[in-house]
Amino acid sequence: MSATDIAIVATAQTPSVRRSICSEVQLLIPAVSRALDAIGVDRGEVGFTCAGSCDYLTGGPFAFVTNLEATRAWPPIAESHVEMDGAWALYEAWVRLHHGDIDLALVMGSGKSSPSRPAEVWPQQLDPYYLAPLGLDPVSYAGLQARALLASGKATERDFAEVVARSRRSAQDNPNAQERGDFDADALLAEPYYASPLRRHDLPPISDGASVVVLARGDRARDLVGRPAWIRGLDHRLDPHQPGMRDLTTSASTTLAARKAGYDGGPLDAAEISAIFSPQELILTESLGLPDGTVINPSGGPLCANPIMSTGLVRIIEAAERIMSGNAARTLAHATNGQGLQHNLVCLLEGD
Amino acid sequence: MPQRCAVVGVGQTHHKKIRSDVSIAGLVREAAQRALEDAECTWSDIDALVIGKAPDAFEGIVQPELFLAEALGAVGKPMLRVHTAGSVGGSTFVVASHLIESGIHERVLTVAWEKQSEGNAQWGLAGGRSGGSGAGGTFAPWMRAYIEDSEAPEHIGWMVATKDRLNALKNPYAHLKLPDISIEKVKDSPLLWDPIRFLESCPSSDGAGAAVLTNEAGTKRSSKPPAWVVATAVRSELGVFPGRDPVRVQAGVDCAHDVYRQAGVANPRDDIDMAELYVPFSWYEPMWLEGHDIAGPGEGWRMVESGMTAIDGAFPVNPSGGVLSSNPIGASGMLRFIEAAQQVRRQAGAHQVDRARTTLAQAYGGAAQYFAMGIFRDRKD
Repeated sequence: MSATDIAIVATAQTPSVRRSICSEVQLLIPAVSRALDAIGVDRGEVGFTCAGSCDYLTGGPFAFVTNLEATRAWPPIAESHVEMDGAWALYEAWVRLHHGDIDLALVMGSGKSSPSRPAEVWPQQLDPYYLAPLGLDPVSYAGLQARALLASGKATERDFAEVVARSRRSAQDNPNAQERGDFDADALLAEPYYASPLRRHDLPPISDGASVVVLARGDRARDLVGRPAWIRGLDHRLDPHQPGMRDLTTSASTTLAARKAGYDGGPLDAAEISAIFSPQELILTESLGLPDGTVINPSGGPLCANPIMSTGLVRIIEAAERIMSGNAARTLAHATNGQGLQHNLVCLLEGD
Repeated sequence: MPQRCAVVGVGQTHHKKIRSDVSIAGLVREAAQRALEDAECTWSDIDALVIGKAPDAFEGIVQPELFLAEALGAVGKPMLRVHTAGSVGGSTFVVASHLIESGIHERVLTVAWEKQSEGNAQWGLAGGRSGGSGAGGTFAPWMRAYIEDSEAPEHIGWMVATKDRLNALKNPYAHLKLPDISIEKVKDSPLLWDPIRFLESCPSSDGAGAAVLTNEAGTKRSSKPPAWVVATAVRSELGVFPGRDPVRVQAGVDCAHDVYRQAGVANPRDDIDMAELYVPFSWYEPMWLEGHDIAGPGEGWRMVESGMTAIDGAFPVNPSGGVLSSNPIGASGMLRFIEAAQQVRRQAGAHQVDRARTTLAQAYGGAAQYFAMGIFRDRKD
């Protein structure tokens, strides 16, 4: 057994909804219980816990402190928090497991967009000197990216619509999705622009939700479940922040993260990717080097459920569950952070 | 087996109430550049970054590290952003050390910062609610409880406040420079939150601290001595529940015993040569001395009174001047870690402690519920 044999052994997520009456911690508590109960593990056995969330969503500094209640944290626990999507909390926990002295880690990701106005919150994520004063909101930013993609000739508006139609069809089988249904690309293209060239369906829904992963090392993983989803590679990379400093029609950081995670463009049974806006799926597919015919976002992806700060961890969960259920041998998950795909994480998963 | 981790470079800004001469990017770069120069390496030698700061609401920017990517040379690299309340500078260092110990990276830059002049920290510390009592109001009853239980005389707090400000005069980076500080002056300063007087309270600072961490092979590239990271630990507990002891906090006890065990420290007062403890209000020095079992019950304030924690005492605490002299909140924990590292590297300058070969760094946060600790040595074992 190698110290670096680390697997996902349990997962849980709440359904993604437009407005949950539960607080973030109320979303997390049952999800943590479900994940641990599924493998018969007591919270006291968890050697390290890491959470990902964003204060600004809830609108209060130290909002993450309340989420500690979901871990029980009494007696005291070894715990950390990233102001990032839960996918990066999983990264920190994966790093911690490499030490070899503990064999179980708990990861949480949670976010509620309903208490605030996303179009007011997210411009504050941009450079406060040069970009935030412009009021550039995520939808307008994604519109610029989509426009650049069209101008490059790499995609058409019909391609965007087909991504949406396929995603919503796939989501019909996903009880946690918020948007789903049978849509036809022609009908979607007949809709008016929302932020040209994007139509409303090219945008993700505004969501509340939370997700949980349990990681286990080596033999402990094999003891807990029949078919762990082994993390074969995990890496994340940054692009420049200033949109003028990079080519918005590609994602160099995604390509680098995929290479560092050991993904070589080989066949995958599925890829769950954080294409928050429909054109981003086309950018990511190319930047990841996914082979033609790869099943992308069989869950419906972020276009059908986008609980910010949990969206990336949900991609890893969806990719892992396919392996754990025996329906896939090799899957890839991708998470993103920041606007316009600035920061990207790639996780390569395999069954035994 | 995990890789060994060592600090080969540190840097910090000159901390001030308002660093109006630099942008946020300029502030973090000032600390990072000094750490790289100290480590005798360049931006391109860095494999990954770990950034820490307290709530984003302090400056009003969501995940500001994203816009700092270019300033921090992070493009094409992995970057993590840690936030664990006031302990964040310490836990950020711990996460960075894990990236080395896990063998994933060979050279990591970690930077923690706060530019409090960009916003209203008091509002932020009250959870974004108006009329909050802030950190001082939260901690004051616990300090009063310590005084009552330990029968400590009132002047202990004044002594700590005076000692740390005198130490700060030896630290070129410290924010508060109060050459005429005296126990009388502290005693006569206005009462803010009983038992805390104005001069027993930390300032609000702009500042950043940074460190370059590497593995054993990486230490051979530096001409200056490394600080070996021989132990790190983090602990968290719920902030409010019936029966909780907020004075001798169990998470702080557990965190301390975890690092003592890793470092083979049997008797902390004898086996550790000095400590940089997170003391934002004077009484937290004796409280943490007892809360981390460096002193027995009721012995913490006696260590202060006897002068043991002075820079020339038997167990110096905060020879840098500590949080009482510089408090860029998100960076304050990192400053404890890099100051403790500098002591074993014998690079602490005028506030160098003579025999510092094993040193302790500590940071805490939230409702005294988050802890990050580390032990440094001038030798590997």
